[in-house]
Amino acid sequence: MNKIGKPNLEVFSETLLKEARKNKNIIVVTSDSRGSGKLVPFGKELPNQIIEVGIAEQNLVGVSSGLAAGGKIVFGVSPASFLTARALEQIKNDVAYSDLNVSLIGISAGISYGQLGSTHHSIHDFATLRAINNMTIVAPADNFEAAEVIKQAISYNHPLYIRYGKKPMMDIHPLGTKFKIGKSIVVKKGEDLTIVATGETLQRAYLASEILKKSNIHCSIISMHTIKPFDKETFIEFSQNSKAILTVEEHSIFGGLGECCASLIAQNNINVKLKILGIPDEYMINGSQADVLDHYDMSPEKIAEISKDLLNK
Amino acid sequence: MNEKNLKKKSLEYRKTILEIIFQSGAGHTGGSLSCIDILNVLYNSVMDISPKNFPNLDRDHFIQSKGHSVEALFTVLCDCGFYSKKDLNTLNQFNSHFIGHPTKKVPGIEHNTGALGHGLSVAVGLAICKKIDQKNNKVFSLLGDGELSEGSVWEACTTASKYNLDNLIVIVDRNDLQITGKTEDVNPIEPIDKKFKSFGFETISTNGNNISDLLYVFQHVPVKENKPTVIIAKTTKGSGVSFIENQINWHHKVPSKDEYESAISELNEKLNSYE
Repeated sequence: MNKIGKPNLEVFSETLLKEARKNKNIIVVTSDSRGSGKLVPFGKELPNQIIEVGIAEQNLVGVSSGLAAGGKIVFGVSPASFLTARALEQIKNDVAYSDLNVSLIGISAGISYGQLGSTHHSIHDFATLRAINNMTIVAPADNFEAAEVIKQAISYNHPLYIRYGKKPMMDIHPLGTKFKIGKSIVVKKGEDLTIVATGETLQRAYLASEILKKSNIHCSIISMHTIKPFDKETFIEFSQNSKAILTVEEHSIFGGLGECCASLIAQNNINVKLKILGIPDEYMINGSQADVLDHYDMSPEKIAEISKDLLNK
Repeated sequence: MNEKNLKKKSLEYRKTILEIIFQSGAGHTGGSLSCIDILNVLYNSVMDISPKNFPNLDRDHFIQSKGHSVEALFTVLCDCGFYSKKDLNTLNQFNSHFIGHPTKKVPGIEHNTGALGHGLSVAVGLAICKKIDQKNNKVFSLLGDGELSEGSVWEACTTASKYNLDNLIVIVDRNDLQITGKTEDVNPIEPIDKKFKSFGFETISTNGNNISDLLYVFQHVPVKENKPTVIIAKTTKGSGVSFIENQINWHHKVPSKDEYESAISELNEKLNSYE
């Protein structure tokens, strides 16, 4: 049984603090998000490397861009929901179009805020940011991915959006796994179907594969941590060699991982069954992140059941 | 550069603005003419920015938040030697980097602007960066008056004040007009000086189409240590060409051949008075 690690958000802030101690050019910008971004220790230890702009996400992105234009390596940290909706135009123009070295960190992403409701959820961020030229989008799954993406962000030199949830995450990847932005990780290989997951839904897909194993169904599991640029090669290879593809994401079923996979299948003439799991277009049910994901068919048991149905059709 | 030469340059710049807008068939005539004297004084007498030091960050910075007046900026940068007139003449042509708003693909442009209300936050970030690095360079940002309705401008002001950015000089091109009509009819923004003051700025008002007034004001900024400065530059939209001045429809009207020729002869007459 895999060990349950820390919340990815904590791993983010610890990794960033370690890196920022060594590199004084790293600057963090927050919008009253120091506490929720787990950056209180960072602020205490490196007060000269953190800029606080108050509850003003547009300004957070603009100021981050200016700092980057001046030569800083900038991490703009704000709740994913506000960052990628309210400040979308600043992301589009000041970061992406201006091609600056800003990593935008969407904290408490997806439906991490649970009962706080739709105002606080970001089930739109993949879709909106995918349509913005020059944006890279990463949703780390476990503590390993959460740390590695920050280390790589420092020398990435281009616009980057990384979303983090706040619940402890199961360690999926064994020691020695390689992480590279833009290159998915094949967690396991199986000849029946391929489950592609991103971010915090990977552990659910992984647990589903363990259930399926008991029924002698063997899955491939892909951690598609980078939503853009998409690792087409790996995805196409697996979809050509699987009986079915199931995608799982903590995002709207529109414009995210699933539709990206659907587009690749259609445009590459691949004959494979596909099912997209995500949040449907409706007034979202209220509940904790876990309860809501379960409700929308993303419990490990339900993922396993849907996988079986997909194979039997 | 002496005052007389700057005044002549302003007239030459106006001719170029009209020429490139006329030739390319598009542009923001009124706003470019209202802010041209400000850009002239900034680039030729105030800021430490040149083609030579531009790749280096140890220099002043300029963010034109009112990006639509790009023809004025392109004209000045061309004269400062950032690129040739031949390059500038590709304005609005297919595949040219000289488009209707500033982009960093054009030498000398600091940041891509065009959507209003963005530039000041970027300038604030740059100014904070200079403070962190303990550099004495200044950051200048030109805003339109209609642009002041954007809430993000005021978000940026709070941060400029919090971080005591006396290296930040904001200039408001107060030409009183925006695309729909008078700013005070569209959505009143007065009192501009009191607004900025209450956000922690030192404010100065000046005639933004008067070279000697501009030279004087820029010699006296920042006004106060630890405080950002805003210069409210009272200008005339379309300044310098009688039939374009203060006309709402000249916001982005392109001169006809007759209008172009008449504007150029008016400017030539003014230029001749210097000879």
